[in-house]
Amino acid sequence: MQDIILKVEGLLKSFAGVQALKDISFEIRRGEVHAICGENGAGKSTFIKLLTGAETPSSGSIEFEGVRYAHLEPRQAMDLGISVIYQEFSLIPYLSVAENIFYGREIKKFGLRDKAEMNARAKALCDEMGIDIDICARVGLFGTAYQQIVEILKAVAKNAKFIIMDEPTASLTIKETHIFFGIIEKLKKNNTTIVFISHRLEEVFEICDRVTVFCDGAYITTKDVSELDRKQLISYMVGRELTDVYPAPRNLPGEVVFEARNVGNNLVHDVGFTLRKGEILGFGGLVGAGRTELARLIFGADPMFSGRMVKSGLEYRPGSPREALISGVGLIPEDRKYQGLILGQSICKNISFSSLRRYAGKLGNIKSRRENELVERMIRDLDIRAPSAEQLARNLSGGNQQKVVLARILATECDIMIFDEPTRGIDVGAKQEIYTLMCELADAGKSIVMISSEMPELIGMSHRIIVMGGGTVVGELRKEEFSQTRILEMASSKLSPKE
Amino acid sequence: MKNRNIVIWLLDYGIVAILLALVIFFSTQSSNFLKLSTMMTILKQVSIIGVISVGMGFVILTAGIDLSVGSVACVTGVTAAMIMKSGASIPTACVAAVLLATLYGCLSGLLVTFLSMSPLIATLGMMTSLRGAAFIITGGLPVFGFNPTFGLFANGTVGGVVPYPVILMLLVFAVGIFVLEYTAFGRYIYGVGGNEEASRLSGVNVRHIKIMAYTISGFLSGIAGLVLLSRTNSGQPSSGTGYEMDAITAVVLGGIGLSGGEGKLPLVVVGVLIMGVLATGMLMCNINDYVQQLVKGLVLIVAVGFSNLSSKARIRILTKSQV
Repeated sequence: MQDIILKVEGLLKSFAGVQALKDISFEIRRGEVHAICGENGAGKSTFIKLLTGAETPSSGSIEFEGVRYAHLEPRQAMDLGISVIYQEFSLIPYLSVAENIFYGREIKKFGLRDKAEMNARAKALCDEMGIDIDICARVGLFGTAYQQIVEILKAVAKNAKFIIMDEPTASLTIKETHIFFGIIEKLKKNNTTIVFISHRLEEVFEICDRVTVFCDGAYITTKDVSELDRKQLISYMVGRELTDVYPAPRNLPGEVVFEARNVGNNLVHDVGFTLRKGEILGFGGLVGAGRTELARLIFGADPMFSGRMVKSGLEYRPGSPREALISGVGLIPEDRKYQGLILGQSICKNISFSSLRRYAGKLGNIKSRRENELVERMIRDLDIRAPSAEQLARNLSGGNQQKVVLARILATECDIMIFDEPTRGIDVGAKQEIYTLMCELADAGKSIVMISSEMPELIGMSHRIIVMGGGTVVGELRKEEFSQTRILEMASSKLSPKE
Repeated sequence: MKNRNIVIWLLDYGIVAILLALVIFFSTQSSNFLKLSTMMTILKQVSIIGVISVGMGFVILTAGIDLSVGSVACVTGVTAAMIMKSGASIPTACVAAVLLATLYGCLSGLLVTFLSMSPLIATLGMMTSLRGAAFIITGGLPVFGFNPTFGLFANGTVGGVVPYPVILMLLVFAVGIFVLEYTAFGRYIYGVGGNEEASRLSGVNVRHIKIMAYTISGFLSGIAGLVLLSRTNSGQPSSGTGYEMDAITAVVLGGIGLSGGEGKLPLVVVGVLIMGVLATGMLMCNINDYVQQLVKGLVLIVAVGFSNLSSKARIRILTKSQV
């Protein structure tokens, strides 16, 4: 009989009617390293949030060390010994390693912090874990790997027996990853249970005992890692069928209108691709693959350090989004609320915001008749639903907000449009409308770059798909080669750590 | 439906109600209050802060703040006085001094944008150093004895009724309102304050817009400094102290939020008037200086508190109507 530390049964979580987790039931054994795998949006983060008490399950139960809970409070989860190490650290850079380890639970003597005692205990802890680190040094001086180690020490000092690691190796180098794996081995020997979440499948095979796969919020399977190979694991991860119908563009892409050669900066490197007139070019890849970063580079929002870009036969090198828009390149950003809209302004003012110069008179005064014409045309063409153009952007639904951002970019009359996650967070009906609009635009001769983490959308909409991983292009697929498995295989292949 | 609109109007323009209430209150307390001459005195008194408030409004709309306005006004007055005293003509002195004021504003803008300094710190530095400069160039003594014609401006009137500074203030407000409401630049000011990143990604040169806002503030503070000089007929190195707080108060009373991107300049006129009515009204009722300060502060707190509560109420009403 295995010692089960955590058992979840029928866990279900829905946000505003959308099911993020559907009926999850499985067990995690004490002292194992248990991987959770799944595509973007498979429900991994939601699952973690239920375990740490950050979210409350809609139904189902969590059984921890034999005690059943309908839900956990954050404090309760902490007291039970459940700890999470996120990608972003919660360390305080100006405090020392020891001070960080005991942050919030300082050891006191006469009401003052007992620094000597804390240092001694931190030292003992490091020795026990076999970590050679100066506990009096400021945490801000260390690199990512050691900061992560301090996070773990902090968890261990809290007597955590169940540590969840969310993409812990995402920003580590090979050497750092090995140090990190050493620590995991030590923790395992101490009978600590580790839940390991990573997109790097090799690591799952290297360090984990068992793996559980989620797909679209549903539990797929739990297997011993030794029984699996990479291909099988991927096939479990791509469960989703292509059920939606996509309005494919009618025209075939024309001549090349844009080319990037060996483009790079601090976030992406050596990217090359071509874009044709009337083409919808899909960009697939996992979160952090560098797709948004590439879009920002092309749009002039981030600098380009190397390579060159050519648009319609001319050298293209935008120094700012303003210059990109003038050259005819538009971006519909990923986060419309914080990057796409001025929420406190009206629909009208948002739509005309990027093209005001076209309606300005000699004094810089806006000719309201021409502005209104534009806004009315956009509201009609894009079917933006609101009581009036004076409605504030803040009060619109996600789908209508996205249409307003799209209208703003369309008003600049650019010919290359980059859509970053165009349908994130909008309802099914609005999604179809956005798809139809994108196809119409492509048929009208606009060239579209579509970044999407939704596989069916990527496959259904694109003429061609470029797959990115680790900040560069890892592959390109023609329409007849499209398959979820192929894309996922490519996307996770180049995820080996940075040199 | 109709009731709701009235409620929203009241919430938006509640500040007007406060102004009316104050006027009614003071007219019951003093029979001289509701006279044309008193009204003109009030307007004349607020004209300097009024002009500064327009510039302050631009800066605060971009989510910044300009603490240097009082010092800029002072330095401009002192500079103009010294240039005139050296024998230069009035226009030469005015243009030169205002040009310098514009440069100070521009410098604040450069500090905020290119050095990414917090507006509070950048303009605090400008405020303190310009004040120091004013004392250095004057040796700490008032500058007077320049061309007496200069003093005619602040004390002259149109048709014996409306003082010139009042005309100037109204003109500045009119231009400010035109720029903010009807030009592309005005839209960008609101855009930058409302969502800086979205504005940048919409093709707005955010730095340029911010620098312009501080430059406008410097320019208008310089103009205000000239009015002040004309009124007092001497360049005092200690003049203009506390103007920044008065201007911020007026702007905030007018409903322009410090977080930027929201509020309207026409209501700042009302904010300025409230300050003037309070000051003159209390003076006429023989309320002493200390109490005046206390009341000014309380009015600010009450007005802003009310407006914050009302914006929550407005959101509630609007969202209710959506469902």
